[in-house]
Amino acid sequence: MPQGEYLGMTLTVLDLDNENLAYFQHCADHDFHLQQCADPDCGLIRYPPGTACPWCSKREFNWVPVDARGEVHSYGEVHHAIQPAFRERAPYMILLVELDTQSGVPTEHEALRVAGNLVDADGNFAGPELVKQVGIGSRMRMVFADVADGLALPHWTLDEDAAQPDTPWRYPQEVNGV
Amino acid sequence: MTTDIDATAGKYLRDKYAIIGVGETTYTRGSGMTTRALGTWAIKNAMDDAGIPASEIDGMMSYSGNDSTASPMLAGDLGIRLNFYMDVQGGGSSSEALIGLAIGAIEAGMCETVVVFRSMNGFSQVRIGGTGARASVPVGGDALHSAAYGWFSAGQNFSPTFMRHMYDYGTTPEQVAMVKVIHSEHASNNPKAYYKQRVTVEDVVNSRMICKPLHLLDCCVETDNATALIVTSVDKAYDYRNTPARILGVAGRVCKPRIDMHFQHGPISTVAGHYIKDIIYRNAGVGPEDIQCTGAYDAFTFTSMLQLEDYGFCKKGEGGDYVSSGIMRLGGERPNNTSGGHLCEGYTHGMNMIIENVRQLRGEVDCYCPQDDQGKRIHSYNYAPPEEGGGCRQVPDLEITQNLGWAMPGTGSSLIMRKG
Repeated sequence: MPQGEYLGMTLTVLDLDNENLAYFQHCADHDFHLQQCADPDCGLIRYPPGTACPWCSKREFNWVPVDARGEVHSYGEVHHAIQPAFRERAPYMILLVELDTQSGVPTEHEALRVAGNLVDADGNFAGPELVKQVGIGSRMRMVFADVADGLALPHWTLDEDAAQPDTPWRYPQEVNGV
Repeated sequence: MTTDIDATAGKYLRDKYAIIGVGETTYTRGSGMTTRALGTWAIKNAMDDAGIPASEIDGMMSYSGNDSTASPMLAGDLGIRLNFYMDVQGGGSSSEALIGLAIGAIEAGMCETVVVFRSMNGFSQVRIGGTGARASVPVGGDALHSAAYGWFSAGQNFSPTFMRHMYDYGTTPEQVAMVKVIHSEHASNNPKAYYKQRVTVEDVVNSRMICKPLHLLDCCVETDNATALIVTSVDKAYDYRNTPARILGVAGRVCKPRIDMHFQHGPISTVAGHYIKDIIYRNAGVGPEDIQCTGAYDAFTFTSMLQLEDYGFCKKGEGGDYVSSGIMRLGGERPNNTSGGHLCEGYTHGMNMIIENVRQLRGEVDCYCPQDDQGKRIHSYNYAPPEEGGGCRQVPDLEITQNLGWAMPGTGSSLIMRKG
């Protein structure tokens, strides 16, 4: 049962939770995979891990490698943390990054929007200056935070190789400089 | 705009059920009693309001998130023998859904008159904002994709939806702040409200940031309280003390696609109201243009706005204009949350907004207006603060109200009532 301390929280993947076990094992290998429907007429990739295909209800699937890059679709920026573990890290960003893979598929507004925090290139929580550089439209790549054997969390950092928007969209009111 | 569809059960139950009694406890922070005692207090107030004895109630329903006391204890305390009860897991938008299920239980012949209650120490025991004991629990299973990221409380969970609406439509913090401003005006004329102080747009946007785009004053108040209402058939409804609030239609816990993680199915700035409207207006036989007073769930300023927009009270994307236009004010064309709602009166997971609309439909909302010999309010319809000679919050000539219940961006419920 993968279990570890992370930012003062105990994170656990239960032994019966086969879908999350495989998902987080791939993350622990720093090799992002998602489930792809095994039906040849469907073949859609899904996030987060689940037990059937949200488009055709088929239960069978395969884990496939997915290019973990994309664009910030929306975000929240926490200034008053709720969980004790996050208090010293505020302000921190919760990012929803829309992967380039399967964007706008199968219908216009559907996409794989993968959650994570904003971190620097080394995987450390972003400081206030980095937070100010990221908004809707920012180009991101995935990095992993190792937690335990078989368990790492995907996070997001600015993609150094991508063309970034001049000014990503940010909430119009900056408070206390951030 | 609304057409009947013969095949819907809604058509046949329209106007056949009513809410005959409503009651609540005081709204406090530190009730000093159990949810059992609070629940008993609210139900007894609803019974006294209707003038119904325990012997004429035989159904009970409640909702909670492992933070309350279940029906058997309260029924036992009050001497109510139950032919039906059910306590479900749920938070916001459960109240409208349970009213629909209560109608179903009565229609199926399972029972005749149902109390629906919600009892919670939302400040002193299980804090609704997520702080306290709940914030330190281990994280596992599907929460690994949310709580592990500090994406945990309601405000944190909803923030990408709120932010994206600003991005998609240019909605401003000042527009949305008007929801709090207007609800605070209403609360100032509500003797029961926890926060009675009127606030300004500047107060809201200068209050401390909790989770962008939510300032402290964009968030509802956490309180301890219980609320209750009594549902029965129209055949019986007129046997009791008050004018019944007749139920035209209900829609319960309607969801967006991919409710396991609704952000996968955009537009993420669209909320469940987009789907609910097709059920509720069909069932009720009226449209948004017929609604004179709304109770749009205000866990946050944004939740009222997003719902009013997606139900069709304004065009898509124009929610910011709608909520800042003054239309939602007492004295405006379609007042919203005339009690002050969750932002000011108290947090009940939606019940207090239904209770308010029942009283509004009776023309007997409690405010600072004087009462006659029979205890009936003599309303002035002066909505200025009490200290300026106002203090009223009764909507005149009210016939139809709607409640817009919110669980989260992807799930909601609705209830349309008319004056009996």
